[in-house]
Amino acid sequence: MEELNKYFLNNNRRHFLKNIGFGIGGLALGSMLDPFNLADSNKMSKLHSGSLPLPHFAPKAKRVIYLFQSGGPSQLDLFDYKPYLNKFRGIDLPDSIRKGQRLTGMTSNQSKFPVTGSIYDFKQYGESRAWVSSLMPNVSKIVDELCFVKSMHTEAINHDPAITFFQTGSQQPGRPSIGSWMSYGLGSLNDNLPSFIVLLSTGNGKPQPQPLYSRLWGNGFLSSLHQGVQFRSGKDPVLYLQNPEGVSKEERRKMLDHLAVINETQEKSFGDSEISSRISNYEMAYRMQTSVPDVMDISDEPDHILRMYGKNSYKPGTYAANCLLARRLIEKDVRFVQLYHTGWDQHDNLPSQISRQAKDVDQGTAALIMDLKQRGLLEDTLVIWGGEFGRTNYCQGKLTDIDYGRDHHPRSFTIFMAGAGIKPGFSYGETDDFGYNIVKDPVHVHDLQATILNQFGIDHERMTYKFQGRRFRLTDVHGEVKKELLDI
Amino acid sequence: MKKTLPLLSFLACFALVFGVKTYFLLQPRSEVSVLENEFDDSFEKNISIPETVSYNFDVKPILSDKCYKCHGPDPNSVQADFRLDISEDWYRISMENDNKKIISSGDLSKSELVDRIRSTRASHQMPPPESNLVLSEREKLIIEKWITQGAKWEPHWAYISPLKIEGKIDSKWNIDKFILLELEKKGLNISNEAPKELLLRRLYFDLIGLPPTLAQINQFLQDKSESAYEKVVDKLLSSQAYGERMASIWMDIARYADTNGYQDDTERTMWPWRDWVIHAYNKNMPYDQFVTWQLAGDLLPNATKEQILATGFNRNHMITQEGGVIEEEYRVEYVADRTVTTAKTFMGLTVECARCHDHKYDEISQKDFFNLFDFFNRIDEDGRISYTDKAPKPNIKLDHNLIKEKLPFIKIPDSIIELDLMVMKEADNLRKTYLLNRGAYDSPTDIELNGSMPSVILPFDQNFEKNRLGLSKWLFDPKNPITSRVAVNRLWQQFFGIGIVSTPSDFGNQGALPTHPKLLDWLSRKYIEESWNTKKMIKRIVMSKTYKQSSKPTPFKSKIDPKNYYLSHFPRQKLTAEMIRDNFLVSSGLFVDKVGGPSVKPYQPPGLWDELTGGSTSNSLKRYKMSTNGNQYRRSLYTYWKRTAPPPGMITFDASTRDYCTVERQKTSTPLQSLVLLNDPQVQEAAEYLATSLLSKELKSHKENIIHIYRKITGRSPQKKTLNYLIDYRKEVEKIHLQKAESLDKFDIRNKVYTSLSLLIYNLDETSQKS
Repeated sequence: MEELNKYFLNNNRRHFLKNIGFGIGGLALGSMLDPFNLADSNKMSKLHSGSLPLPHFAPKAKRVIYLFQSGGPSQLDLFDYKPYLNKFRGIDLPDSIRKGQRLTGMTSNQSKFPVTGSIYDFKQYGESRAWVSSLMPNVSKIVDELCFVKSMHTEAINHDPAITFFQTGSQQPGRPSIGSWMSYGLGSLNDNLPSFIVLLSTGNGKPQPQPLYSRLWGNGFLSSLHQGVQFRSGKDPVLYLQNPEGVSKEERRKMLDHLAVINETQEKSFGDSEISSRISNYEMAYRMQTSVPDVMDISDEPDHILRMYGKNSYKPGTYAANCLLARRLIEKDVRFVQLYHTGWDQHDNLPSQISRQAKDVDQGTAALIMDLKQRGLLEDTLVIWGGEFGRTNYCQGKLTDIDYGRDHHPRSFTIFMAGAGIKPGFSYGETDDFGYNIVKDPVHVHDLQATILNQFGIDHERMTYKFQGRRFRLTDVHGEVKKELLDI
Repeated sequence: MKKTLPLLSFLACFALVFGVKTYFLLQPRSEVSVLENEFDDSFEKNISIPETVSYNFDVKPILSDKCYKCHGPDPNSVQADFRLDISEDWYRISMENDNKKIISSGDLSKSELVDRIRSTRASHQMPPPESNLVLSEREKLIIEKWITQGAKWEPHWAYISPLKIEGKIDSKWNIDKFILLELEKKGLNISNEAPKELLLRRLYFDLIGLPPTLAQINQFLQDKSESAYEKVVDKLLSSQAYGERMASIWMDIARYADTNGYQDDTERTMWPWRDWVIHAYNKNMPYDQFVTWQLAGDLLPNATKEQILATGFNRNHMITQEGGVIEEEYRVEYVADRTVTTAKTFMGLTVECARCHDHKYDEISQKDFFNLFDFFNRIDEDGRISYTDKAPKPNIKLDHNLIKEKLPFIKIPDSIIELDLMVMKEADNLRKTYLLNRGAYDSPTDIELNGSMPSVILPFDQNFEKNRLGLSKWLFDPKNPITSRVAVNRLWQQFFGIGIVSTPSDFGNQGALPTHPKLLDWLSRKYIEESWNTKKMIKRIVMSKTYKQSSKPTPFKSKIDPKNYYLSHFPRQKLTAEMIRDNFLVSSGLFVDKVGGPSVKPYQPPGLWDELTGGSTSNSLKRYKMSTNGNQYRRSLYTYWKRTAPPPGMITFDASTRDYCTVERQKTSTPLQSLVLLNDPQVQEAAEYLATSLLSKELKSHKENIIHIYRKITGRSPQKKTLNYLIDYRKEVEKIHLQKAESLDKFDIRNKVYTSLSLLIYNLDETSQKS
């Protein structure tokens, strides 16, 4: 098979070089070297289709946008309405509710755990009558597109392990990120952008937001072909994308042409197939030099779209701009777009912090979902919004009439999803009146991961990678697809 | 399934070849998939069945992979109270039929196992359909042939002492004899010696991690004596750079970094330990001592400062400063990290699974894990450290006087008054070790453990101290079957890219089998007999014909052994991340050769640290400040390693993350690598520097100039064809520059053209290969 493919590749290249001769500047040698372009016109395309083991069954989703809210958004101030906490504001959390839940080092010294409701107004919206607080005015308008899971739970109680757990299925570093798994399992949908792209933005809520770590989009033990590629705002969106100063496109093209022929002679003498992949990689790199700036350049976006995402959408590197960029990447068939927005860690001064924080994301999130919908992309694009854990119903620090803080709470929190066969206008799971324990339909992180994979036609128990003698899964040995969340 | 399997492997093999090698471009497009490594396995196994089936080499790998999960060493998952990993259970009477046994030696018709693997009834079939595990036809045939041939038991191959291997192998044996023995079986032979230039460059990178200079190449080419090659070997082995090269491999194993790793990722001071590693390699410290000092230096009688310093090895793991963490949870992680690292590095054993439950594939119980864990659990350390603590307890202080007198290999700058760094220190009666249920810090059972080593490998001698020193004695007990095998296998991997056992961290049931078991045993025995003399072992390897042979395969060789498992030619390998960058530096003349000292910060795209560092660290690591005074041109071994934002160029070229112990790096080829080689300012600077320094000298013909640059960068003279392409390129680029800018003077244009030419050569496949 390898030989056959190489034959096509070489044959074309040889043919091309013979006929055009050497030293054709500017001409896209790239397309000649790209087997996928060949695939369109000859037998290769047949070799790329066929009944391979993935997907395991018919998929609903083709692409993901994961809007990761880093820090742990307070479900009690955003989506999980608990009037009981307002009514009994200030009473100590009963042991019968806490049931020995461990505390972080930040509140383990507190002698009292006074519960507090939200100071924000909650109302029900849409036909689905979903509860949303006044912090999310735009999201509240689109609740009929959303599926809220109010019964998420996790084991991790600190940021680093909790985020790592969501992204890799393990609290300790070393496993591949979910985007890497997807790239590994399903491959790429396009031939000039990476299949797993990461966008970062910093929240305005917390003066000193929690850091992120590049291992969150790492490929772990999978091939580094599958690592997330960070797209940064600024002149070099992908590291080392730009030609060095003074090197023209023409010169670069010429260099790549000569590079290819010299490498080819090398391949002939060593018969090392790595060399042909190297030649292709140079062509891909060359294409990215155009495709990446193109996708980052929003000057072709009409005003009404930019207004829809809000005024920050003009400012590269903001959450709103990243939402817009995510849509543009999805339009180019990027498989997995992972956003991270930091700053959801409201241990103190929650009211003032969370209002800024929610403002960062409210409009962009709602605009993204509606924009996808109006383009028909929501049907097969899964959007996920959520953080690594929730926040406590009791106050961290001093509880006053206008101020409170909340510590980390792994035992129950809320996320929402939209698109790609997830049930719209639906809320799943319930917590008790204290908003502390789940009383109905719990969804564990591994369940969520299993459900996400399910939408891609992947049986989470069957997508494995054998490493150091063991078959690893994103969901370890756990996880259950939550069929109730699916729009069947 | 039977019918579709060949088709599947056919397609999957295709997906493998293209998926792995060429990133999204050649990744299976859209819904085409993968499970690449699984299919690779089955493809590899799709070869003829040996005449005599070996339990260890043919049968057990199948049973382990497909059956042990439910019928293996883990008692909690054993189904039907039946284990396939122990021979006692094999000969039990069948529950279904009194006339049958599970395995009836020599009689297929009386073996229930055969009925089961051949069954098509879902409720009867083994492995059951819901396990998602399938036996291939070949695997079934092997099991059957083994039963027909008597179903004989053997202990695990890696746990039979190499000293006991039967069949006398006399002192006249050497590496080549073992290699030839296997090659001849396949009708193959060793290749001729590689061309001198290629061989020299290979040797330089392998022994010192740096390319030879032009002068060194010329000298070697001119030396026609028989000992020319050996002279270079000896020179390189005694150079300081040898220790640096060896240390750069050890840094991956030791998960060395300059920061703490979790969340806020503050700075730590461990580089003096790194300087010790370089020193230890350079003075050719015997491997047993090298390891003993690192594992238990503090426990040696009258431990010296140097011995204590060496124990820094086991403090290199990540440590958290995240506010609010539960300290014990993290402390347990650190101890587990040391346990896992020790098993992986020195015992070729993956024990992570045994932290939570008895190992499903190897005879390593959860008790074994916590017995080993106990050795590392007696350190008075903190689960969470403060933001400012650069050397969390236990630690040692080293001042200038002490360093000058006892530890002169530590390159402490005058600006640092005193060094303070983490080490291991036994604290008696600090805490007891209990088996943790599911490995969780908050679920101790009442099973107390007092330190021991897995008896399946070698029972722990009761005379050994029940501490890390005893652990080291167990490792280097002449009876220990595993330590030397794992060590020489890693050395082999350093030169040939793949170990004799291709899974260097797993010599257990799920690991790969050695391609040359007798060679591995012989080398292991030599290592022990020669008192763990590492330089001697390395010299033996590089002096072999197997090492010196050409890397050019013939079509016949490629057909018979396409993956070159049997080494009928030298395996071409990509240079490591460090070598690729160091080659820019040395070949261009930018290189600053200075051994040891604090880590340095070479060029890195701006903003990377700012993006990932949280606001709560007011530490020096918020912004990357590039080093000056030549420190930016030091060997990549010295590049500052910030774990949450590691040097991007290095990571792109498959350097390990240093988050945990790594004994084998990935080997990939991606478009991001092309971007680094084309556009990294470091490459650009090297190309410019090379062009400028060439042109500032006496001007020669273009052809001579090109040959000069080509030799500097690739270590060899260009072939005629290549040279013509390069000459052509120079002309073409000159044309572009002449058209573009009239104002540029001639010298400027020459400079630009030669910079471009050098950059092209830096990007050639030849440049980043060890051929």
